[in-house]
Formats: sequence, C-alpha cells, structure tokens
Amino acid sequence: MADTTRSTLRQETRESSRIDDDDRLAMVDNGRAGTGSASGRDVAEREPDLREYLAPIETERQVTDWGRSERVEGFFDKTLVDFYYNLWFRCEVEGIEHVPAEGGALLVSNHSGALPPDAPMIAKAIKEEHPQPRPLHLTVEHFFKGYPGLSMLIPKIGGVPAHPANVHRLLADEQQLVLVFPEGRKGTEKLYKDRYRLRRFGRGGFVEAAMRARAPIVPIALVGAEEAMPVFAQLGALQKLTGLIYFPITPTFPHFGLFGALGYLPAKFKIRFLPPVPTDDLGVEEPWEDQALVQTIAHDIRATIQDELLDMLGKRRSVWFG
Amino acid sequence: MRSRRVLITGLSTYWGGRLAQALEQDPEIETVIGIDRRPPKLALERTEFVQVSDAHSLIRRIVDAAEIDTIVDTRLVVDSIVTSRTRAHENNVIGTMNVLAAAGGPSSPVRKLVFKSSARYYGSEQDDPAFFTEKMRRPHAPGTPIERDICEAEANVSDFRHKNPETTVTVLRFANALGPDLKTSWQSYLHLPVIPTILGFDPRVQFIHEDDMANCLEHAVKYDLDGTFNCAADGVLVLSEVVDLLGKTMVPVLPPWGTAPAAQALRRAGVPIQSEMLPSLRFGRALDNRRYKATGFVYQHTTRETVLRLREQQRLEPILRGAVGTSYRYESAVEEFLRFSPSVRQSNVRPAPLPPANSAPGERSEHEQLEAPAPAPSTTAYGSLPAREILTILPSLSHEDLRALREHEVHHAARATVLRGIDQLLGAPVTSAR
Repeated sequence: MADTTRSTLRQETRESSRIDDDDRLAMVDNGRAGTGSASGRDVAEREPDLREYLAPIETERQVTDWGRSERVEGFFDKTLVDFYYNLWFRCEVEGIEHVPAEGGALLVSNHSGALPPDAPMIAKAIKEEHPQPRPLHLTVEHFFKGYPGLSMLIPKIGGVPAHPANVHRLLADEQQLVLVFPEGRKGTEKLYKDRYRLRRFGRGGFVEAAMRARAPIVPIALVGAEEAMPVFAQLGALQKLTGLIYFPITPTFPHFGLFGALGYLPAKFKIRFLPPVPTDDLGVEEPWEDQALVQTIAHDIRATIQDELLDMLGKRRSVWFG
Repeated sequence: MRSRRVLITGLSTYWGGRLAQALEQDPEIETVIGIDRRPPKLALERTEFVQVSDAHSLIRRIVDAAEIDTIVDTRLVVDSIVTSRTRAHENNVIGTMNVLAAAGGPSSPVRKLVFKSSARYYGSEQDDPAFFTEKMRRPHAPGTPIERDICEAEANVSDFRHKNPETTVTVLRFANALGPDLKTSWQSYLHLPVIPTILGFDPRVQFIHEDDMANCLEHAVKYDLDGTFNCAADGVLVLSEVVDLLGKTMVPVLPPWGTAPAAQALRRAGVPIQSEMLPSLRFGRALDNRRYKATGFVYQHTTRETVLRLREQQRLEPILRGAVGTSYRYESAVEEFLRFSPSVRQSNVRPAPLPPANSAPGERSEHEQLEAPAPAPSTTAYGSLPAREILTILPSLSHEDLRALREHEVHHAARATVLRGIDQLLGAPVTSAR
C-alpha cells in the first residue's frame, strides 16, 4: 500500500514506484544502455576521463554543488549528533583503519530504526575516530527530496538521493566516501521481532556501482540501532493519510508528535568496520557485466555483516551498557 | 570541416544575434545569413537578414541558393513568456521539421547542423540524478507543452542524425540563461523585490551567462563537435544562496501541497511565476557540463558570478531606467555612419577583439591561443560590394589598406574599374608630394 500512496502523491503513474535504494543502484546499467539514440555515433565508446574537468571549488561559497552546507552540517554536528554520539548512544568504534584515507570507497551497513540513527553515527565515527577525517555522503531515499522541510534539510547535512549516477559520480569522479544501505526501506520497515536479521540486499546494485568506480567496499556491522528505536507496528492507513514514507509505532512516535521521531532509547552503539573488499582485481575487464559474480559478492558481503552482527550480539551482555 | 557559409535561424533571438556578431568578426566566414520572423535587434555588420514565417517552410530554397554549409538553429522557444503557446508549437515542432528538411537529403549542401536545445529537455523530478549527463533521458514524460515541444524537436534531430551520417550534428542543451539583455522567466522571477518560494524546499539551480551562451554556439560552429552537449556554468547553487547573493529575501508563500493553484493566483496578481518553473522551484536541476569543457570550451563565468552580474545589473536598473544592456551602446545612425561614410578609416572603427579563451578539441592549454586577428582591414567585406560602392569608399582608406585591397581584388573579382580606382589613389599622393 505504500506504493499506491506514493504514486498518487506524485500524480505520476509509473509502472512501479516501489524502487528502493538498491534497486535503483541496479538500474545503473539501464541508464548507460540508454545511450543508443542520443549519441549512437559517438566514436569514443569508452568514456573519456572527465575528472579533470570537475568544477573547481569556489572558496566564497559555503554550500557545495551537492547542496551540502558547511554551516548547517556543522551546527548539527556540534549539537544533536555530538550529544547522541558521545552521551546518548556512547558509540564504540572498531576497525576504523579499514576506511581508506583517500580515494573513493563504498561503505555498506545494516539498517534499522524508523528514523535511522545509524547513518549519522557512522558519519560521526569517521569524523571523530579516523586519523584523516573525511566527509561521508549518505544515500537517502528519493522520498526525502519530495517532502517539504526534509528536502531542505537532508542535502544540507550530507544526504544524497540514492541514484546510481550520483553514487558513481561521488565514488569515481570525486573520490568520496559513500554510505549505502542495501536493505533500503525493507531494513527500516522491519519490526522489532525481526531485529538483526538482514533483509535482502536488493539486486546487488551497490556492488555494480563499486565495480564501475573501481572502489573498495567496506562492510559495516552496527549493533544498537535496532533497540534505539524499536518498531512495533506499521500503520498503513495513517501512512496514506500523512503521505509519509511509512507510519511506524515506536515507543515515542506518534504520541509525542514529530519530535517523538527523535526520541531514541539510550541503547549502546557498537560500530565495527570490516576489512575492505576490493573490486578492481577480479581479473575481469568489466566485472559488472557478470551478474553471477555481482550476486556472489553481494551475497558474501551480506553474509559477512550477518556473521559479524551475530558475533557482536553473542558477546553483548546488556542492550544498554554493551 | 571549416564552416564558411552559415545560416542562422532565430536571428532576432538574443543569442542568434550575438552569434551573428561573433561570426562577422571571423574573416574565414564568407557569408552569414540570418532568418527570423522579426527583424534583428542587435547591430549587425554584414549579416543578411531574411524575414520568414513561423513555420520556416521556405528555408530549403535559401539553403540551396546560398550554398549554405552550416545551419545554426537557435530558433527553439524554450520559455513560455516569449510567445504564445500555439506560435511556440508552430515554431518548435513544425519549424524544426522544416529546418531539418532543408538540411537533410543527398542533394543538400549542409555539412553541419548546430541545434540549440534546452536543459528543460531533462525536466525536473523527484527521482532525478543530481547531475544530468548527456546520455540520460528524462525519467518521466514531459508535463508542459513547452517541454513536450523540446522533446519532440530533439527526437526529430536525433532522427535526422541517423538518416544523415555525413552531417555533423551538434545539440547544445543550455541551462537557464541570465544576463542584462535577456528576457526569460527566471530573469523576471529574480527581478521581483522579494522572491516567492515553495515552503520547505530549497532547490539546486544552475545558470549560464548570456556571453557564455553565445560563446558556446560560436565554439560549435568553429569546431566539429558531433554529439549532444550540456552547456551550463560551473557550480550549482541552492536557491537560498542565489537570493542571498542578490541581496533579497525569500518568502515561502507557495504551499508545498496545492502549489499549482497558488502559483496561478499569484500569476493573476501579476507575479511572474510560469507553471513550468514550479518543478524546478521544488526539485531543482543541475547538469554535468564536463563534456563540453573537454572539447576545449572555457566558461567565462561560474553560476555564482552570473548571479553576481545580475545583481550589478539590478542595481543599475533604476539609474538606467529601461535602457537595459547594450542597447544604449547602439545607435543605428552612428553605426550607419561608421559603416558607410567615406571619411571613416575602417581600421579605427572597431577595437581589437580579445583573444578567445576557448581552444580546439584535444588541445588543453588555454594560453596557447591563435593570435588574435590583427585590426587590419577585413577585406572580405568589400568583396561582396558592387564596384560603384567600393569606389566611393576608396578615398577614405590608408595606403596599406589600399594595397591589401588591391591584392584581394586581383585574386578574387579582379574588377577593372576597382583596380584602376585603387591605382589612381595609390599614385595620387605621390604626384602631389612632388
């Protein structure tokens, strides 16, 4: 039912509006295939390297070309995120050295919580713990671009719509860190009883994106977010009424209003960065064409994260104190 | 292929006129012919103007008769404030069809077609990529008549490309242009004392300066660039940043839901917000401009600088009171005098043009430029004049000019009357000095 609402809201009859982050990443190939009619006669089949033609940074500006604002991001970082990271969730980070200090890398994590606290915590972890702090670009649902208020805020604090072209540009051309949640909405929609059981990893689109950009994949296992905002039920009817992406029942939402969406329980967060999986030494010229290979790698990464989660959960003595 | 005989459609649009002005300065270009439905607004020296109807149905005859090798099609209407909907459709769809018909076919002399399109081709939607590249197609069907027209025209052009593989086809998709001489919906929107926006949205916007726009077209005429290219200035701003640079205030008066009726009410009240602007005020749009830069083109202004220029212009406006842009620099009587009076030394009339910043595709260096053409007499202009007129001009010329002209005359038309006239003049001062 989520689907119908979204399409009526947009007044657009697409064949399916139910395309999550990862399915979009899988569409990267379709985008490329669409070259035929527009420039079929282009001599250069292989894309020329356009990296040197990226627009130089204008120092007078505080907002990047992606719409990210130093000022707004800094404000949130110093207040809300800092509070949650240090005091509320008391984040504990392992394996930060697995995040490369330079070059593009695709970070892949498990996903949970109605208004997921995991993405800003991972970004903050890299900022706080990494010897060379780097900005992290968080891929978010296209839904947020269409919702008033959020569409203003999310790009300013580092959110990027999860479009394959965006991920490719960030990874390959701008050599940035990108965080994706291959579970997409299926991860944040899942109920408390299903906690720490990874959903399907889309169609492996994130692996394709990393392969095309020749960027390593860094898997992340994150424990604590499931308990920080447990989702007890999803109300379809209210979701339709509000036009929100989903309408969960959590300990604080909806009875404390929209601010209740920030009412996390103080679970202990543990973030474990796992060794990077290289995608440029597979011995194939264009590995993304090999669907079997893509699926195998996607499956491996999912299994790695799942194993790691179970390992961390097995060692955890208390949800609140770690 | 080197373009020598150029036909410009849409000569009376700003960029059509600017392109004609630029091509006139190029001695390699023999002929510039411009067509449009209204007379051109810019000062032109040697461009010939032919008035045609909306549908451009008789272009083929002009093309054949003048042996045109390059058509630059700047005629597309991409903004609904320019003209009415039906005229825009006639011009965009039927006009494009006729231009392509004139350029195509085995007997056509045309070897290059430059087609000015618009970034409106991509639309502006929720699930757009952050930067459109040339290879992307719009994810949803176009919603407004203008966008439908643009898509249809581009489809026709891409058809033409397949049917005429010998012809170089360059399609340039321009971002919204800003500049002192333009009249576009964005321009009038940003001229409002306060900027109405949609509550809760801060779209990313990108512009191109009018000078860059004219340069883009000229670059495409100068070099063979087969394919489709995005033309937009470096840098993408968010709307709040633009409003800030302009020193104005944002007023989020448009509600996020029911925006269209609210915008219509505002339009009734005289606020210029076109309906096709609403998606870009909500979701914004940005282009990946790197492919055109890779062909050697250099933008003179970033988006931010373009907005700052607009601000300067807005400050000047109450002082100039309507005499916007370059129009105060142009008086037709003075221009006539400069062009035809025998008392004028042609070498003094025009200042030397600045060397172009753009380079040919493949050579990256921006400074290894062709030497700017010396302000020497451009002899080609005389070639097309009848002998009688040349004779009247001769006394005003200096000796070097006369010698250059004689040289040219010998090699080209070799008209006896003209040669005799020059010889007389070249001889005359010598005798008087004695």
